[in-house]
Amino acid sequence: MRFASIQTEKGSFLCPEPLVEISNPSLFSIKHSTMLTTPSINPSFSLDSNLQTYLSGRHLLIDELPFPIDQLHSHYLNGSILYEKGILLNKNRYCCQRCGNDDQTLFASFSCFRCKEEQCTYCRKCIIMGRVSECTPLIRWVGPARDKELSAGLAWDGTLSELQKEASQRICEAVGEPKEMLVWAVCGAGKTEILFEGIERALRLGLRVCLASPRTDVITELYPRFEKAFPKAGVAALYGGHSELTSPSSLVLSTTHQLFRFKNAFDVIVVDEVDAFPFSYDRTLKFAVDKAAVDQSTRIYLSATPSNKMKQRVRSQNLEVIHISKRFHGYPLPVPHYKWCGNWSKLLKKQRIPSVIRQWIKEKLASGRQAFLFVPTIEQLDTVYSILKENPEIDSVHSSDPDRIEKIKRFRKGEIKMLLTTTILERGVTVPKIDVGVLGSDHDVFSSNALVQIAGRAGRSVEDPYGEVVYFHFGKTSAMVSAKREIQNHNRRAGLVTRR
Amino acid sequence: MNCLSCHEPIQIKFGWNDLFYLNDPSSICSACSDQLERIEGEICRMCGRSFSIFPEQYRQDDCCFDCLEWEQHGSSITKNRSLYQYNPFLKEVMARFKYRGDAELVKLFQKELQALVKRAFKGTIVVPIPLSKERHYERGFNQAELVAGMIGCPYYHALKRPVHEEKQSKKSKRERLEHATVFTMNEEFRSAIANSDVTIVDDLYTTGATVQAAGKILLDHGARTVSSLTIARG
Ligand SMILES: [Zn+2]
Ligand SMILES: [Zn+2]
Ligand SMILES: [Zn+2]
Ligand SMILES: [Zn+2]
Repeated sequence: MRFASIQTEKGSFLCPEPLVEISNPSLFSIKHSTMLTTPSINPSFSLDSNLQTYLSGRHLLIDELPFPIDQLHSHYLNGSILYEKGILLNKNRYCCQRCGNDDQTLFASFSCFRCKEEQCTYCRKCIIMGRVSECTPLIRWVGPARDKELSAGLAWDGTLSELQKEASQRICEAVGEPKEMLVWAVCGAGKTEILFEGIERALRLGLRVCLASPRTDVITELYPRFEKAFPKAGVAALYGGHSELTSPSSLVLSTTHQLFRFKNAFDVIVVDEVDAFPFSYDRTLKFAVDKAAVDQSTRIYLSATPSNKMKQRVRSQNLEVIHISKRFHGYPLPVPHYKWCGNWSKLLKKQRIPSVIRQWIKEKLASGRQAFLFVPTIEQLDTVYSILKENPEIDSVHSSDPDRIEKIKRFRKGEIKMLLTTTILERGVTVPKIDVGVLGSDHDVFSSNALVQIAGRAGRSVEDPYGEVVYFHFGKTSAMVSAKREIQNHNRRAGLVTRR
Repeated sequence: MNCLSCHEPIQIKFGWNDLFYLNDPSSICSACSDQLERIEGEICRMCGRSFSIFPEQYRQDDCCFDCLEWEQHGSSITKNRSLYQYNPFLKEVMARFKYRGDAELVKLFQKELQALVKRAFKGTIVVPIPLSKERHYERGFNQAELVAGMIGCPYYHALKRPVHEEKQSKKSKRERLEHATVFTMNEEFRSAIANSDVTIVDDLYTTGATVQAAGKILLDHGARTVSSLTIARG
């Protein structure tokens, strides 16, 4: 939309096109507006509490707001709402104010019917959330804060292990303090439970809390658990198409993407799997967290395999760390062992599987346990599957498999005994009695972190705390060595003797 | 150079073909391009649907039953040609283009669009299907106009769509799209249309109702023939 400039005794302000009385020849795109002053807060203005609730802490396009433009505008004129440029142009470089994108190749322009400009530039990076272009203002609430509702009350009666208790205690102490903290917890440590008390404390202090994860399935999985644990908080889950926040929730679970729709909103932000593909703790995610958090926020990062950058910050004591080196059930992490399997990629090209691996598959199927076999690429996965598909107990799954969810479900139920997969399953899937093999662990896709996560699939339940992890290789790589060392370090730190 | 669709870097592999395309860097990577189903081989002479995926019993010679029915009622369109099958991949790309508003994606189609025009629409006048003012404002652009702009010759806003589709909001979305085919002539371009062969450009051809309605107005205002060109064949 375009704006006109209106003069009042307090200065000159913006007026949106639909509210301009006569057709005004001086309508302009907000990209041309400079030095427009923000109206000062009028304390006697009676603001709409629904609008206040909806908009508090958010950073939205006009199209996303279910309020009429005249209502928004009266709040603007009385100092409670800001119209901000969605795209800033600074020294010939565009920058998206919603997602922080400043990669110039991810901007494009079109002849725009809204602002009547021949070149209206928009951000392609965050387009999936609705287009932010030079003429699209982002709206946010700058008026009085909404009344704090007491939404605390923890209804969780589980128990924490000693290590979990200690971590929980330290998180509690951090809440309300301006600090960053890394919770470096091994796969299967029970990360969620250690957050409960800290969140409860935050809610009791009237703080707003967000748990962000790069993955939608984590959010949907955590949602019922948090709802149950915090029955009074009115927990909200934001992901993909579910991005509306209609209640004034003090506890929000959100994908990292959805964080872009917030600004200065959260006093406490917990970021799960800071290292996870594809949102490694890079500039984009950092921008999202910085934007969604208030100044002086508490930030807690969770990871089983923090990036080198983060480990570096820990070493230089620039980032506080809580180690949870033991799984919740108290048993050590399964330590991977290496097995040389010959030139596996050459054999696969000849439609053959290394005999060592063939033997392992046979043993696993006979053992009555379930197993994952990780394969580097989709192409190689297809080859392996085509060789093994005669066996009805074996199936394969990869990232662009349309039956992916169904197959994982069947694997969980035990209907599939062995699942061949690419690294997409390196995280998240928990099956009780399981062994893990990696075919070609020397391949580039298996970074040290990926190998640690893969090993973390095994031995997750107390009934079957060990499990076997084998890296089949044609020459050890430094990633394999460092993955194994990392796992042993955790076990040593936890005071557990490493087997093998 | 990154792929316009998936944003991944495009690997440039040099082969014999590249010698001919050296000055024409691709805007789409091969992984995405492979997912586009080009309409090739035997097609309905009228609507341009591919017979390879169309049941034999619904066609008579080189024409499908749908088109025979149009012809019985007096078809205003000589022919339609579409670039691709409207498969799930293209559906997603089109949704991003049209509803999310990623105007840049139209460039994905430029090369093949120009080739199709050369092949089947030489010497015609291009008219994009218009949007209602309200819808146009909502999207910020008219996708059919962007497609027309890719062809590389001038196009005319010869049609107008004065009725806002939302007025028929009782109908389902699909029904609304099908029935929102009330066009009027933009008198400014009457003389340009008169005695010309006109090509209507749109993003999608499904039942043909839209282009048939548009074609009728153009014929009524003196066009010699009307055909249509669309990105996708639903
Ligand atoms: Zn953006
Ligand atoms: Zn614009
Ligand atoms: Zn691509
Ligand atoms: Zn036909």
